[in-house]
Amino acid sequence: MSVAATSAKFKENAHEALTDARLQGAMSFSRNFVGRRAAAAARLPEFEALRDSAKAIKDHTLTHLDLYLEAYEHKVRASGGEVHYAQDAEEARKIIIELCKSMGAKSVTKGKSMIAEEIGLNDALEAAGIEPVETDLGEYIIQLRHEAPSHIIAPAIHLTARDVEQEFRKAHRDLLPDRSLKEPEQLLAEARQVLRAKFLAADVGITGANFLVAETGTSIIVTNEGNGDLTQILPQAHIVIASIEKIVPTLEDAAQLLRVLARSATGQDASVYTTLSTGPRRPGDPDGPRAYHVVILDNGRSAMLGGEFEHMLRCIRCGACMNHCPVYQAVGGHAYGWVYPGPMGAVLTPSLIGVAEGGQLPNASTFCGRCEEVCPVRIPLPGMMRHWREREFERRLSPAPMRYGLGFWAFFASRPGLYRMATGLAARVLHLAGRNKGRFASLPFAGGWTRYRDLAAPQGATFQSQWRSRSGAVR
Amino acid sequence: MSSRAAVFASIRRSLGVTGDEATRRFDVDMRLKQAPPGIVPKRGQGDIPARLATFKAEAERAQASVTEVREWADAPAEVARFLRENNCPATLRMGDDPRLADMPWSETTLEILRGPSDGGDLNAVSAAFAGVAETGTLALVSGPDNPTTLNFLPDNHVVLLPREAIEADYEGVFARVRSVYGKGEAPRTLNFITGPSRSADIEQTLLLGAHGPRRLHILVVG
Repeated sequence: MSVAATSAKFKENAHEALTDARLQGAMSFSRNFVGRRAAAAARLPEFEALRDSAKAIKDHTLTHLDLYLEAYEHKVRASGGEVHYAQDAEEARKIIIELCKSMGAKSVTKGKSMIAEEIGLNDALEAAGIEPVETDLGEYIIQLRHEAPSHIIAPAIHLTARDVEQEFRKAHRDLLPDRSLKEPEQLLAEARQVLRAKFLAADVGITGANFLVAETGTSIIVTNEGNGDLTQILPQAHIVIASIEKIVPTLEDAAQLLRVLARSATGQDASVYTTLSTGPRRPGDPDGPRAYHVVILDNGRSAMLGGEFEHMLRCIRCGACMNHCPVYQAVGGHAYGWVYPGPMGAVLTPSLIGVAEGGQLPNASTFCGRCEEVCPVRIPLPGMMRHWREREFERRLSPAPMRYGLGFWAFFASRPGLYRMATGLAARVLHLAGRNKGRFASLPFAGGWTRYRDLAAPQGATFQSQWRSRSGAVR
Repeated sequence: MSSRAAVFASIRRSLGVTGDEATRRFDVDMRLKQAPPGIVPKRGQGDIPARLATFKAEAERAQASVTEVREWADAPAEVARFLRENNCPATLRMGDDPRLADMPWSETTLEILRGPSDGGDLNAVSAAFAGVAETGTLALVSGPDNPTTLNFLPDNHVVLLPREAIEADYEGVFARVRSVYGKGEAPRTLNFITGPSRSADIEQTLLLGAHGPRRLHILVVG
């Protein structure tokens, strides 16, 4: 079982988030992403063509995934590394903990990994008596708060500098209590100092992977802080945890994807550190890990291949969809209740944890389509959310008022004569009732609407009848 | 059934394949052999002076500083100047790269330390494997010549980059990797570095010097 979800309570979570003034203040910082991505895309004339290329590479790889995995595995072994397969989260945790125990590990540094979040790795390590230390600044902050990330590339985006100061004062008790932590620079310097000692003391380093390259057996990580690199070069062993769809055929293919990844994510032309790792320390190497393991996780993904949700396996986790999503921007990532928030989370979560648990999330969309417009690998996110809504409805998982309402509407909509008569009557009645003010401040059965805004009174004729008389006039 | 077999079986069931299809195997083998380049941005292309100009502009956009020296022998004085002007201590760690070893460090007052870093060093110098004009990026490879720890642990990282090693794009660096390490092979660690370390995790404010170097100074040689 993967990490526990509260996605089924999305509606309650979202209401809570909307009334949380602190969260709403913090979320205002996340709006910078939109302009930065647009500027980076505008600077590169080939950007749209690169998106097509990135999509084509992912589609090609997915339809040949078994063969590329074989090729990748062969190259990792040839370079002195080991490959382990995990069918689900529990198996992945078990493999990693056994590896750590076999090396006598007491402390483990971690580069930011969404797969590690998905399998609930930190709790499992702690339960096994091994201290996990998150080293990405955002991940470190939320680890101190025992929280899940609220964004896939900016995990602490729901927090303000004052929240961070509070956590640091609580956690770093051995530092001077009257030190100044007013400026973000001071917070960063403190985290650097505290984590530097943890890096040097760690027995094992665990990172995720942005890409696994079949041609060379290489894992690639992308960071701006350099934390992923210190995580993997200082300890005696480097463990990579990655899901099956991270495979790309060649270094050239990785370069195509890297060109759209950083621009779509942070609006940088390139992230500061793009690191390609192939096997453990070689003869003569004065540094680097002595052991190199890759744990490849399925956890429901292989079942998505060949089906209507296969598109989702192209995702390179840039976060552009959530940065451009009006729903995500309003409620933040925690409301989504599991590991992956925003539009990509709304599609992926029901695939990975089931429609009963995650089926509420595809409703968290206005279908404005911005996510699909900015997705670097052109995933049709709104279309797939629509597929999930259909499935939720078919399986009678949507709330009863919604099902009855849709049934009621479908009854009229499939009987045009009756529909015209009923809407014509309603339009006339509402027109007469609202003719004084021209709007309604409250209406029976529509309290959810009128609580936040007025309903304009109809003008007396339906759209259909107005259209008929107008098109008649044109003819 | 092993987990490996179960994962492969599930992938093949979903794709409706056995894994033995000759055409699929052929397509995969060809792609791995040919490594087609895809869309390569024009931005980095051009002769060496054009690539150097793009490299410099892009590296500076990423908050690295760039200077040029004519000869390898001119580098120590320039490294010493950079450290002095930034009030850095006069110590410098480096690996066994012969290009670095042959330079006249004794003409400076710098104390030279050799080998990987244990985290106690403030300054390090490395020699790059290549550069990428497209994004102002350095490519460094692991090994005794340029230990990977030097790229991340010190506060100030100076990197020497031969002018003729500035490739237009990443594909150019991969071609160099294949010519040095062989087709399908790669160094243990290949670091692409674009500017100094940074984080924007606190209120989306960009700050330099997160876990890696606070300053990245590039000396183009030649």
